[in-house]
Amino acid sequence: MLVHSRAGRWATWAGFLLLFVPLFAVPLLVIVAASFSTNWSGVFPSGPTVANYGAAVRGESLQALTTSLVTAVAASVFALLFGSWAALAAAALRKRGKRALDALFMLPVAVPSVVVGLAVLVAFSRPPFLLNGTPWIVVLAHTVLVTAFAHQSVSAAIVRLDPVYEQAAASLGARPAYVLWRVRLPLLLPSLNAAAGLCFALSMGELSATMMLYPPDWMPLPVQIFTATDRGSLFTGSAVAVVLMGTTLLVLLAVSRLRTRASFR
Amino acid sequence: MPSTGADPKAVPTELESGSAGTDRATSQAGTVAAPGRGFSGQGPRPRGVPAWVWALPPVAVLALVFLYPLALVVQQSFTTDSGDVSLAPYGDVFASEAFRSALGTTVWLALGATAGCLVLGFALALVIAFVPFPGGKAVAKFIDVFLSFPSFLITLALLFVYGSVGMANGMWTGVTGASEGPFDFLTTPWGVLLAEITYFTPFVMRPLLAAFSQIDTSQLEVASSLGARTGRIVRQVILPEALPALAAGGSLVLVLCLNEFGIVLFTGAKGVTTLPMLVYSKAILESDYPAACVVAVVNVAISVGLYGIYRVVSRRAGA
Repeated sequence: MLVHSRAGRWATWAGFLLLFVPLFAVPLLVIVAASFSTNWSGVFPSGPTVANYGAAVRGESLQALTTSLVTAVAASVFALLFGSWAALAAAALRKRGKRALDALFMLPVAVPSVVVGLAVLVAFSRPPFLLNGTPWIVVLAHTVLVTAFAHQSVSAAIVRLDPVYEQAAASLGARPAYVLWRVRLPLLLPSLNAAAGLCFALSMGELSATMMLYPPDWMPLPVQIFTATDRGSLFTGSAVAVVLMGTTLLVLLAVSRLRTRASFR
Repeated sequence: MPSTGADPKAVPTELESGSAGTDRATSQAGTVAAPGRGFSGQGPRPRGVPAWVWALPPVAVLALVFLYPLALVVQQSFTTDSGDVSLAPYGDVFASEAFRSALGTTVWLALGATAGCLVLGFALALVIAFVPFPGGKAVAKFIDVFLSFPSFLITLALLFVYGSVGMANGMWTGVTGASEGPFDFLTTPWGVLLAEITYFTPFVMRPLLAAFSQIDTSQLEVASSLGARTGRIVRQVILPEALPALAAGGSLVLVLCLNEFGIVLFTGAKGVTTLPMLVYSKAILESDYPAACVVAVVNVAISVGLYGIYRVVSRRAGA
């Protein structure tokens, strides 16, 4: 306890709320409020309606939602595969090799996502790899961007892993592949799970690289929100944004329930 | 000792495997390619490929989808429209007013947002950690959720709060009867700054809260029983402990702000052009790929350089 007087404590809390509520709580509430209204010219929105959601779960927007879901799931699966493979391989290396591999896989975080988008666009619009115009180029860019997070979270978990289990298994004659499959991966399951949730959320909200390279028939939700608000339909855009936030939260919740199950096993 | 491969680096020396088991580095070194190396004396050692071979497939994939494209961007930035290799694209871009102003805007916005995030994040984390209140846990949870949303939502929300017909201006016109409100900063750099501070402050708060939970509260009690006032305790006890976390969080936010695109795009202001925005408009709107690649190379150089500093700082901080 840092502030001892009662009045001082209340003053501190009041100051906290005064900063916290307008900066962090209001923005999210405002989007939700706007998604249920047709007009906002006073303190509060007016014209309550659910028509925005009608537009947000139909036609173009529904297609954008499925596009985003497919992209995010595909990117998360690829990212988990390569990220954890690299983390496991890095853990087997000596110190210098491990450091180099970790740095290499964290590099996409430092490179601006717009530049990742530009680079992927430049590289895969020419032979021998012609992916431009296909959904695969979006999936590829998202995978590049989220692999770093999968790698980071899995390699942090590997460091905390108790080596006794695998040593016991190996001393009982288990082959390396068997130890990996039956001992290490099950022990890493909670962190793989967390990494999957993180990758999914990041890919769902990815806008920068996607703006550089999405083909017209593969438009994810964030791009859809941008085109809606750019046209001036702010309220439809908010409804689509609420759908995006809701879907992300639902999947994160489902993943974290899976995680508690996995850690109890 | 049977060698498992040609590369001596991948095989722990006899000495190391002798001291194994307790040594984490050694036991890690033996786990994927050849588990049981820690027990070098027992049983037949499995003859596998050396450890570095297992690192090759993911590195090859990364090289194909990330390093090769980046190399092409660098190559294109040195190529003129007619296909000659020259420094001309750099000269053209560096001479242009748009690039210089974008560079200036990007740097001051990133520095300003980082400073704002550090001050705000430190203050808020201080209250959550040391002046606990009911619901503090929920606030910390809320911050985690906040981090999983995309950044452009903040700009979208600010349009309703401070936009020309939003909440704040509506309140003003309702109270004073004026025809329009005083808030008109969203399409200026200040609007971007506000959005960036809002979105990135949680990135500072998370490592800070982790660092604060390590501080022994009895230290604070001792300091205050010796007569130190709150300000002095914060300055002389808490701040020194929090410095590594502040440095790590601050440099991460600096890099992320330099690379931020969604917030600037949603602001839709012609007056606010940052480097990522310039890359986008050169490449997609003007189809001027050499210029876009030059700006991209400059942006990558700044960000990766700063990110290197972040890695060093956060490793020192143990975060």
